[in-house]
Amino acid sequence: MSATHQAAAEQYDYDIIKKFSVMAIVWAVVGMLVGVYIASELAWPFLNFDSPYFSFGRFRPVHTGAVIFGFGGSALFATSYYVVQRTCQTRLFAPGLATFTFWGWQAVIVLAAASYVLGYSQGREYAEMEWPIDLLILVVWVSYMAVYIGTLMQRKQAHIYVANWFYLSFILATALLHTFNNIAIPVNLFTLKSYSLFAGTQDAMTQWWYGHNAVGFFLTAAFLGMMYYFVPKHAGRPVYSYRLSIVHFWALSFMYMWVGTHHLHWTALPDWASTLGATFSIMLLLPSWGGMINGIMTLSGAWDKLRTDPIMRFMIVALSFYGMSTFEGPLMSLKDVNALSHYTDWTVGHVHSGALGWVAMISFGSLYHMIPRLWNTTMHSEKLINIHFWLATIGTLLYITAMWISGISQGLMWRAFDDFGNLQYSFVESVAAMHPFYAMRAIGGMFFLTGMLLMAYNVYQTIRQGVRAEVANARAVAAAA
Amino acid sequence: MSFKHENVETNAGVLLVLTMIAISVGGMVEIAPLFFIKDTTENVAGVRPYTPLESRGRDIYVREGCYTCHSQMIRPFRDEQLRYGHYSLAAESKYDHPFQWGSKRTGPDLARVGAKYSNEWHVQHLLKPTSVVPESVMPNYPWLLSTKLDISDIGDRMRALRITGVPYSANQEEYEHNVKQFGEAVAKTLVIADAQKNLVAQATDGNYDGDRGSVSEMDALVAYLQVLGTMVDFSKIKPEELVKFR
Repeated sequence: MSATHQAAAEQYDYDIIKKFSVMAIVWAVVGMLVGVYIASELAWPFLNFDSPYFSFGRFRPVHTGAVIFGFGGSALFATSYYVVQRTCQTRLFAPGLATFTFWGWQAVIVLAAASYVLGYSQGREYAEMEWPIDLLILVVWVSYMAVYIGTLMQRKQAHIYVANWFYLSFILATALLHTFNNIAIPVNLFTLKSYSLFAGTQDAMTQWWYGHNAVGFFLTAAFLGMMYYFVPKHAGRPVYSYRLSIVHFWALSFMYMWVGTHHLHWTALPDWASTLGATFSIMLLLPSWGGMINGIMTLSGAWDKLRTDPIMRFMIVALSFYGMSTFEGPLMSLKDVNALSHYTDWTVGHVHSGALGWVAMISFGSLYHMIPRLWNTTMHSEKLINIHFWLATIGTLLYITAMWISGISQGLMWRAFDDFGNLQYSFVESVAAMHPFYAMRAIGGMFFLTGMLLMAYNVYQTIRQGVRAEVANARAVAAAA
Repeated sequence: MSFKHENVETNAGVLLVLTMIAISVGGMVEIAPLFFIKDTTENVAGVRPYTPLESRGRDIYVREGCYTCHSQMIRPFRDEQLRYGHYSLAAESKYDHPFQWGSKRTGPDLARVGAKYSNEWHVQHLLKPTSVVPESVMPNYPWLLSTKLDISDIGDRMRALRITGVPYSANQEEYEHNVKQFGEAVAKTLVIADAQKNLVAQATDGNYDGDRGSVSEMDALVAYLQVLGTMVDFSKIKPEELVKFR
């Protein structure tokens, strides 16, 4: 076994994957720490400390940027470079360019976080980066595209494996979304400040077309690519249904792009656009669940692994959360439900059942599978993986339960009338009523973060033992010669 | 010859092109028409571009990330009508680059917060929200009052906004066009060459932060908050016309 791994390390370009894997974990710790902090600010506002740099409004994009683009993005770069090489049986195309994507992407995350804290923001959710950072992202992304497609082109396998379709779709869609959502006019060439080219309704439409597809492609399609490689690989079984994966891929890629307008129900956006968005959101349930079933059923015949293997458990629970949030999403896109849920914490809970339950957990599973193989060793402690799994699961459940209660309470309190037809509650009464749930959410986040810290420790030890073994091995070889 | 998915799977170019088509359709169908259909954003009397001071206030609103907790989009429901006022019209954000409709109400909607509270209340509230609303979870913003507003690049800012389509006037012809559209008083506030002068004059006359001496960031932000939702006079619009303005 060791011999084949050794060969794999020479056959493929692992160095870049190692770098991205380590940074995925670093950004997960940083991003989740900031997340717990801003959640605590809402529960205990003194934590804002009267400082512009720590105030919720500037800090919130630091959290979203670090977890989505830092953790999620690095995990995607790492796994996509791993998957594309192994399924195409070739090394990366243009390794120098791949190294540039690493440094470029890390620079983007650091610069973005620094700029938010200093007060530079485009004021568009998940696209707060100002124009010079946007240009850097564009250059990095085009390089990524070149590396990825170049590697596909030089493949030694006739077939392109399904995981690569999803990664490819994610890379193309992100390029498209990023470009059109960030068209802005800088105030001058020496400041970060700019104004978006579009205004009002058109701007809202463009932003939520981007915003929802950041979820659809960055946080879903790409992680499905991860799922289609790592779940079958780890289970040691083929994908449940090849046909289902074809339907899943094309339906998902086509439909996701329509659904962003469900973020704009009952607004000044023309009704036809938001109705179209809701319609496609409902239809999207089918490919989403098709994909979930395809992933979970891949385990058929190997269900016993769930009892013994915490990595498998991460993957299957991730798919379960994927199924749950892709059911909840279409539900919330119905106009009548949205009238209640929009503007409330329910949306925040929904995002996190996807982000913590699906995106983070499938990444944990994949990283736990991949990291020991990259360093040609085994995970330092399986027991810690198991504890991580339970902390993550309990944390996610606490988080989303708190947000369900607070979100639905807010929605109901805002629309409650008394016997005389007046509003029953002032706004601030709804704020005060949320305090226990904001505290509960912060505690859920702490559980999740604690699990993440265990992972960081476990991975650190794993890498250390891998590096030590390699050094010892090299010495032995040298001595034998 | 029958179609086989295998042909797509074995040809990266075909896969790439087909994927590109699949992901492009939705956006094209939903976004492109909004730029061509005239009644996406109707003309409503009263809506005007922000004055230089209000515009700088808006910059601060964006800088501090107010949109992460406050929406600016009132929906057509009875409870929102009672709590916030008339539902928002598309025209009311037609000069908003970027839009700030928001997605979350940790605090209340601000689309019509203008003229509801006094300047003194806003200053007090921004300095220490719990001093006027004890249950509030909003952060304190003491630096707004102590920081002098940077007005050096107001001309550059207005020129950038002019490129995006906001009718700030750079010459006599544009000024006269603005006089016709908005009236002389408003048109004068939109002249880029007079921006600094107009800004200081509005801050001094408005006395937003309680100190006429210098222009603080607080002046700008309060001036912006006080204009929100006040441009359209709904008493002058017939209900049957309003139906078109949604």
